[in-house]
Amino acid sequence: MDNAAKRFLFAAVALAVIVSLCSSYFNRYYLGVAIDVGINVILAVSLNLINGHTGQFSLGHAGFMAVGGYTTAKFALLLQGQLPPWAQPLIFVAGLLLGGSMAAVAGLAVGVPTLRLKGDYLAIVTLGFGEIIRVIFQTTEAFGAATGLTGIPHWTNFAWTWSCAALTVFVVACLVNSTYGRGFIAVHDDEVAAGAMGINPVRYKITAFVIGAFFAGVAGGLYAHHKQFLSPGGFDFLKSIDIVVMVILGGMGRTVGVIIAAVLLTILPEALRGFAGYRMILYSLLIIILMLTRPQGLFTFGRAAQRKV
Amino acid sequence: MLEVKSLQVSYGAINALDGISLSVKPGAIVTLIGSNGAGKTTTLKAISGLLRTQAGSIAYDGQDITNLPPHQIVKLGISHVPEGRMIFANLTVHENLMMGAYLQKDRHVIHGELELVFATFPRLKERGKQIAGTLSGGEQQMLAIGRALMGKPKFLMLDEPSLGLAPLLVKTIFEKIVEINHQHGITILLVEQNANLAFEISQYGYVLETGRIILQNESKLLRQNPQVRSAYLGA
Repeated sequence: MDNAAKRFLFAAVALAVIVSLCSSYFNRYYLGVAIDVGINVILAVSLNLINGHTGQFSLGHAGFMAVGGYTTAKFALLLQGQLPPWAQPLIFVAGLLLGGSMAAVAGLAVGVPTLRLKGDYLAIVTLGFGEIIRVIFQTTEAFGAATGLTGIPHWTNFAWTWSCAALTVFVVACLVNSTYGRGFIAVHDDEVAAGAMGINPVRYKITAFVIGAFFAGVAGGLYAHHKQFLSPGGFDFLKSIDIVVMVILGGMGRTVGVIIAAVLLTILPEALRGFAGYRMILYSLLIIILMLTRPQGLFTFGRAAQRKV
Repeated sequence: MLEVKSLQVSYGAINALDGISLSVKPGAIVTLIGSNGAGKTTTLKAISGLLRTQAGSIAYDGQDITNLPPHQIVKLGISHVPEGRMIFANLTVHENLMMGAYLQKDRHVIHGELELVFATFPRLKERGKQIAGTLSGGEQQMLAIGRALMGKPKFLMLDEPSLGLAPLLVKTIFEKIVEINHQHGITILLVEQNANLAFEISQYGYVLETGRIILQNESKLLRQNPQVRSAYLGA
């Protein structure tokens, strides 16, 4: 399984680089949507570790994304003019790592005091947390306050985005399928029984939060350098809900399903542009119909199939 | 082996255990019976560290384990099979068993334990790759016990293993419990509502009522006790 997973990672990264090299042949709009899709895949797969595999209901993923996005962007803006052009990719990678790390710290900060809460209560607390983060960025002058950050260099491309997406899938899949990682599923299935086995459920929940938040932060960084503009409004709780919908629609804890749902739910609103004003109504209707007909998630393959990733 | 003294546990303002004391000798099967809400499950959860105690002490092999975190208690060789089977429904049978050996790092020991579990419950070997949630009730109970055995316990606590099982399966499970006790030399604390069967396989028994121990004696004597007979044995 490990080798198959590594092969998947290399193949996906190679493919992303090749597609990126040919990017001048593609329509810019489609390329932009493809990058949006990649970012959403990272967000959905990382949230799936928290909500799906570990069974914690977090509504604050946009908050972690915001921490990563603002950190990465600010880092780039501070260093941009001071280093030679060849250092750009280094700044970008360092910025993404820094953004992810800051988001992970935020995940730890929210995780430690709140993870003794369960279900609805945890959802409400994480929702509040996400809003707090947004408001902090909205009122901090250094981060552009309500007007947001502008002039962020356009460094995100297809290769970076999809390599990060592949890495996220790789890390989450390997983690969950490892002996250590089965603890996440055990905590999800039954906390008391997991505790009785000597598993520390609180530690697993915090680990899930920290890792999930890290990748959300990376996604935020990619987003910042893709849109070249960050405003606090983009990270409100509706964004968190969007990601939660991808996870639920794809099937909680089903990595493949969640990826497909992220792809579908990013492309769908774009594809529905032809319907102009009715677009979001159609989008919502489709989600309602999907949930009514497939409440267990759209793409719930057997776990055997899922493990090939 | 296990010495519980004046244990007190409460859920908020309600006292679930009102100062109970009990002791379990090495190699024995001791049973704890009582009706719903008497505090049987609470007692087990307090011993395995899943609940915090307000007063009293729990000692295991002479060591004070009161309010130790669960993973440290598991490390000492105390395994708990929770009520209602509580298997990990999304993991396979094999993965469930491996979770039982979570704290055991030595692969040889894990492998040896796995062989022992399969020898006791051959059915689990047949079902190794099946998702545990799809097992029958009896198989799930076997899995829950097998999973606890994977931790190489010296002391095993079983919470109502007969719950929701057909009479024939109950008999099988109880035979296995005796087998585990005899062949693996594991001391057992058995919580049951099925008092008849519990007294049959145990040497000593405690009767719990609303958080207090109202009777204790050798099982064969408890069985003849008129009070026990009318309240728990339906005689």
